[in-house]
Amino acid sequence: MEHRSFNDPSAATFSLTDEDHTLANSVRFTLNQDPRVAFCGYSIPHPSEARVNIRVQTTGDPASEVLIDACRDLMQMCQHVRSTFDKAVVDFKMSHPAEAMNIEQ
Amino acid sequence: MPEVSPMDMPDVPMGKLPEHLELQRTRVLCASDAPTHTENIQYSGAYAMMGIDNGLRLDQFCKNFRVEVIRLTEDDMEFDMIGIDPSLANAFRRILIAELPTMAIEKVLIANNTSVVQDEVLAHRLGLIPIKVDPRLFAYMSENDTPNEKNTIVFKLHVRCERGSPRITVKSDELKWLPNGSEFSLATENSTANSTSKPKTYTSFSCSQDSLPIFTDNPIQLAHPDIIIAKLGPGQEIELEAHAVKGMGKTHAKWSPVATAWYRMLPEVVLLKEIEDEKAEELVKKCPVNVFDIEDIGDDKKKAIVARPRACTLCRECIRGKEWGDLVALRRVKNHFIFTIESTGALPPEVLFTEAVKILEDKCQRVIAELS
Repeated sequence: MEHRSFNDPSAATFSLTDEDHTLANSVRFTLNQDPRVAFCGYSIPHPSEARVNIRVQTTGDPASEVLIDACRDLMQMCQHVRSTFDKAVVDFKMSHPAEAMNIEQ
Repeated sequence: MPEVSPMDMPDVPMGKLPEHLELQRTRVLCASDAPTHTENIQYSGAYAMMGIDNGLRLDQFCKNFRVEVIRLTEDDMEFDMIGIDPSLANAFRRILIAELPTMAIEKVLIANNTSVVQDEVLAHRLGLIPIKVDPRLFAYMSENDTPNEKNTIVFKLHVRCERGSPRITVKSDELKWLPNGSEFSLATENSTANSTSKPKTYTSFSCSQDSLPIFTDNPIQLAHPDIIIAKLGPGQEIELEAHAVKGMGKTHAKWSPVATAWYRMLPEVVLLKEIEDEKAEELVKKCPVNVFDIEDIGDDKKKAIVARPRACTLCRECIRGKEWGDLVALRRVKNHFIFTIESTGALPPEVLFTEAVKILEDKCQRVIAELS
């Protein structure tokens, strides 16, 4: 859910349900790395409510677009982490065949 | 770091941070009183004044990111993740602990329990036993679902200690998988009405689970056969059925697929000056985890070297005492994580990690879908 003023799309608060620090902190990181972002931060209004508010203020671009781009960046980073990790595991199993055998048993 | 007047600082080439700022950006400095520069500078424009872009370029991340597997066994692994922000490393850790699904015993139907272990304690103990089965083959059971072969695994436990025989220990290998579902029939009002058809049980399996190709040659079993469930004295008996369902660690820790998942930053031990002879031997003795070694440099002279920095626990024993703080520097590398995953046995640790990364991707996908 997006909360913002009608005439200024460059600042908005996004309220995500069923999310916590896991996503919010990672998205805050990718948002901060975007030069279009003037301010961003997140808060969990109440600990027993599964909801997180992410505040994005930009230098002019619509905040929702910037947030989408941040999510996309995060996803691409995840994909790269996954492929690098899989490759490292395969390499390790190749170079340590004895231990790899144990894994299959 | 020695104090230097700004006027005496060396010129720094464009596009590079001055040495002391680079150190503060990339290292946590562990002094004898407290660690300093613990924060991470995330803002892209943090060093804009010096003409440096602190932002993230995806291609740059791809170039610098590295994974090195240190140890990989059946149920635990250690690997180095280099060039990643702690917010992401922590997200993976949190997902591993709380958001990766596994199967665990959720309902226990106790027909008879005359052991000294109370029903509720016994049920709780059963719930915590890890089951060696891929949770991706099963679906979540919501409140209105009837237990069927796609969302429930049924185990039977029936042990009896005969009178006159010694006490017996009930271990987890006594739990027998029932691929056809529950054997306890539901009590119905008109049990005589349809005596020809199968009696209704607590589960409604449409087919046997061991007829599914995945389970025919590897039947579902528990991760460990030697977990003690209860002890029975002569004349005591336990008869029960345990129904396992899919769940997540944030609902109850029994569904957590890891015993622990944790990371630490790489310790960096730097000798700021040459440490020789008696001083070197004193340093080697000071360290309780043997980080330092002595190297002969000829002429009967010895000097201290940092041999095993990874073993450093940052106990700060080596920088205790007056002058030692100027000789040895303890630091942590902010973007180098030593990640350890201990699996409970449901899935191998390397699969757990890739699944965790996939879950973070799904979360992003959900936000993108919601906003566009």
